[in-house]
Amino acid sequence: MSGPPIGSARASGAAGPDAPAASRQRRAIAFALLLAGAAVLIASAFLLSPFRLFQLTLAAGYAVAILGLNLVTGYNGQISLGHGAFYAAGAYTTAILMTHFDWPFWATLPVAGLASGALGYAVGFPALRLGGFYLALTTFSLAVAVPQILKHRAIEDWTGGVQGLFIAKPDPPAFLPIEADQWLYLTTLAISAALFLAAWNLVRGRIGRAMRAIRDHPVAAEAMGMDLAAVKTRTFAAGAALTGLAGALGAVAVEFVAPDSFTVMLSITLFVGMVVGGAASIGGAVVGGLFIVFVPNLAESISKAAPGAIYGVLLILLLFVLPGGAAGIGRLAVARLWRRDGGR
Amino acid sequence: MAAPAATPPPLLEVEGVVVRFGGVVALAGVSFEVGHREIRGLIGPNGSGKTTLFNCISGLCRPAAGEIRFEGVALSRVPRHARARLGIGRTFQHTALFRSLTVRENVLAGAHPLAGSGFLANALRLGGRVRREEREAEETARRLLALLSLEAVADAPVGRLPFGTQKRVELARALAAGPKLLLLDEPAGGLNHEEVYRLARLLFRIRREFELSILLVEHHMHLVTSVSDRVVALDFGEKIADGTPEAVRAEPAVIRAYLGEGAAAHGDAA
Ligand SMILES: Nc1ncnc2c1ncn2[C@@H]1O[C@H](COP(=O)(O)OP(=O)(O)OP(=O)(O)O)[C@@H](O)[C@H]1O
Ligand SMILES: [Mg+2]
Repeated sequence: MSGPPIGSARASGAAGPDAPAASRQRRAIAFALLLAGAAVLIASAFLLSPFRLFQLTLAAGYAVAILGLNLVTGYNGQISLGHGAFYAAGAYTTAILMTHFDWPFWATLPVAGLASGALGYAVGFPALRLGGFYLALTTFSLAVAVPQILKHRAIEDWTGGVQGLFIAKPDPPAFLPIEADQWLYLTTLAISAALFLAAWNLVRGRIGRAMRAIRDHPVAAEAMGMDLAAVKTRTFAAGAALTGLAGALGAVAVEFVAPDSFTVMLSITLFVGMVVGGAASIGGAVVGGLFIVFVPNLAESISKAAPGAIYGVLLILLLFVLPGGAAGIGRLAVARLWRRDGGR
Repeated sequence: MAAPAATPPPLLEVEGVVVRFGGVVALAGVSFEVGHREIRGLIGPNGSGKTTLFNCISGLCRPAAGEIRFEGVALSRVPRHARARLGIGRTFQHTALFRSLTVRENVLAGAHPLAGSGFLANALRLGGRVRREEREAEETARRLLALLSLEAVADAPVGRLPFGTQKRVELARALAAGPKLLLLDEPAGGLNHEEVYRLARLLFRIRREFELSILLVEHHMHLVTSVSDRVVALDFGEKIADGTPEAVRAEPAVIRAYLGEGAAAHGDAA
């Protein structure tokens, strides 16, 4: 028998023999919560006013956009100040395919995702190799340029120029006795849920570990066999694709795309949503999406004169109370509950 | 006439490696070999170029001249990130862990080169490939956490652990990819007598169980001489001795380098 290796006190069974049972129980609780949440969200389609439904639809789209940004910034540690550009790319792809080619909404989604993902790859490929703040500056410049590019005369026939393009909500299938906005809300929820599942799958395995390892210590990550350039550009493309899909969802929700909906302010708003939700958190993106839709409204209801100032104050207060964003407080709560029951 | 060599090349061949940082010559044409299943000590006073040599092997630093071959493959043509897959694992002198990851996740990250699934496969998780790879990595991690007595802290974020524990996490992470050559940069740093003794036994055990070679940088002379098959000594980037631990320890140049009288003599030589 060889003795115990370095480091003493093999704390006997700290994980405990009941660990699998506990994790099964935890999984059951999580699943039940998820089901309950889904039930509430679906029921909302029939209980809320059309305006509230519209806001929730918009928030679901923004949540996906923030999720895309979070892959890049939260998980992989690359600052993107221009994710609004990918949102615009997705929105315009869908709008152009629907108006000029009469594509049904659902069919435009894969194209919107691919187009914005490809744009992300094209931007990320050179910028990431330069490293440092180049990516932040490149993406920022892109976001600044987007409204002007969209207004450009050369592509006016496609983009509709300053006026933009009007698109119609998809009709619900004939056999369903629901309104178009209820249908859109439900489809947006379903699509967002699928995208959240894909993102969660991505971050919880080998690739997600590589993304975080590279963020934490690129030199060590490379020594562990991780290809920095490949992981970073692909993460950036994946994040851009998600945000582009969100743009497509947002475009049908507002039934309209125009250059001035996609100013640099949109990119900053997404960034704010990410920080509020919590960097490197999948669930936090939902909170972020709700925040950027509802809090400006709240601010306006508090003061008609200076909603911007109220928004700013609310934001600062929130970050004081929750420095890790919503995800930080969520993790704390789960850890505490966990310690109380089942924990030791 | 010499017949074409039938014997396989040594695991690692370092040939005339030169590294300069501005005016400083960190390595001045160093050559030595590491055999299969060998524990090779690498000693030398502070600043003699030991870590720089490690960095050349793992690719952080490009030699201005010379070549390093791993199983006969010239490393100058192998990108940094591909070296882990070839079978080169390392730890860092001052530790270089993934701070926000747990101990277990750090070890899992070390197993990265063993799997190959990409972004799409991970996001969609169709078929069983990703799940199978994850299960295999989890199993590897479990074994290594047990080997290094890290089970109790397996799910703690690594950033808050004491230095000695972090060093063990680094060792577990480096072993996760199943390397053929393990580069250990001062693994005994911060350990007490008892722990150094256990480390020595652990190194033997690792060599036996993982069937690997170890290149060991260490200032703890007793540890180096007790575990190494052969030792290389550096001083100011030059190789000053190479042989059995006893022979190297008896070498006048080594004694001079360690007693500090060598500085003047070395100045003449350079
Ligand atoms: N990145 C760098 N830039 C400039 N000089 C460097 C760099 N890395 C190492 N050096 C110099 O190269 C020489 C060798 O350093 P190295 O870190 O390899 O020594 P070492 O043998 O590992 O020392 P120690 O035992 O203190 O860890 C030193 O003079 C050091 O100052
Ligand atoms: Mg060193």
